[in-house]
Amino acid sequence: MTTAPILRIEDVYKSFGETRVLNGFSLTIQPQEVVVLVGPSGSGKSTLLRCINLLHPPTAGRIWLEEQEITAPGVNQDKVRQRIGMVFQDFNLFTHLTALGNVMIGLTKVRKMHKQEAHDLAMLELERVGLVERANHYPAQLSGGQKQRVAIARALGMDPHIMLFDEPTSALDPELTGEVLEVMQQLAREGMTMIVVSHEMGFARQVASRVVFMEGGIVVEEGPPAQMFEQPVHERTRAFLRKITDLDEGGK
Amino acid sequence: MQQFLELLGNAFPYLVAGTIETLRIATGALLLGVAVGLPTGVGRVYGPPWLQRALGAYVTLFQGTPLLIQLFFVYYGLPSLGVTFPQFTAALLTLGLNSGAYQAEYLRGALQSVSAGQMTAARAIGMSQNQAIRSIILPQALRLVLPAWSNEVIAMLKNTAVVFVIAIPDLMGQAKILASKYFAPLPIYMIVAGFYIVLVGVTYLLLRRIERRTQIPGLTGEGE
Repeated sequence: MTTAPILRIEDVYKSFGETRVLNGFSLTIQPQEVVVLVGPSGSGKSTLLRCINLLHPPTAGRIWLEEQEITAPGVNQDKVRQRIGMVFQDFNLFTHLTALGNVMIGLTKVRKMHKQEAHDLAMLELERVGLVERANHYPAQLSGGQKQRVAIARALGMDPHIMLFDEPTSALDPELTGEVLEVMQQLAREGMTMIVVSHEMGFARQVASRVVFMEGGIVVEEGPPAQMFEQPVHERTRAFLRKITDLDEGGK
Repeated sequence: MQQFLELLGNAFPYLVAGTIETLRIATGALLLGVAVGLPTGVGRVYGPPWLQRALGAYVTLFQGTPLLIQLFFVYYGLPSLGVTFPQFTAALLTLGLNSGAYQAEYLRGALQSVSAGQMTAARAIGMSQNQAIRSIILPQALRLVLPAWSNEVIAMLKNTAVVFVIAIPDLMGQAKILASKYFAPLPIYMIVAGFYIVLVGVTYLLLRRIERRTQIPGLTGEGE
């Protein structure tokens, strides 16, 4: 691969007080890659995502987004976050705004679009996630799956260069995960670069270009899904993937 | 009964004038309270530590001392430091700053009960902290604060009664004058109590309406 990486994480450390969560984490991601990040709880997956979009800036180490080192001092963090879409486990839709309003507010307040322009683009984004007919519903009137799709539309509205998904289906009832995974799969097909923290192994097998297993705040092993699932090198990877694959199949 | 009606007839114009004065003071003080309480509440939650402490001191000062002492301090105390206010201004200032402290506390509670994920999500789409507070957190917190704020409005209507001690002819001030003029404290104070109840009742109904109008569809009043 000769293309310039879209994201380069170099030796990132993150501590919260005495607790060290990331321990020299490094990873390079090429444009249009879909990286599924797995690992036991507490291994630092969510923290890593929050370091990448600077919600929790790293304690040490450097991160580049395209050509820009976003961990450099003096970087406008708000501008960086605009280029990084993030989807949360518990949706975090703005409760006082409709689905349309949730997508529009970033367009009008952050991208400074005019109302009509923002409205039209927001409707397009809702169409992408199949929720045009729910545009005027408030979050409390939507199902979990619909909420998460609105959250994806909200992130897409900012025209991100890369999307981070933090366990996007973990808070959903099993019958609602499909609609969210479908939207993500479609995004991947359109060429969106994505980092997905998820234990949906079906999604990882079908969509991921790489699976990264992390534990203790570092990468233990990474590779294409086939290799990771069929013949992982490390015993820890094998044990972990077997466990969650069993759970996954047991649940279906 | 005849006598009572006659008294009511005589007192009525004065009590209406008093009611208008009470409403002027209450409205002015509430607005001043909002103007002070809103930034104070926001500053106490999102401001830098030194600001939080300074605002905390203001709140403690006004919540920790009797309203009457505050009024005496402003009207009788400050002139000896060279600061003199007319009665009406002194009343507005005291009640407004007092209400501001309470309103700030109500707002602080409301801001803190907006889930942290709302701020995180707002920052994640590139909003600055100020933008997030203005566009995402405050609109939710203001809805949450409405019931407490309604109590503040009602408390204010009655708290204004202290201003008669600096000779402002509010509803209470008029009552005091009328009671001694007609030597009839019992009926006069009963009538005045009736005025207050009507004032509070009408205000309450208005506020309930605002609360219902601003409710977020699908929510029963609790956050997510």
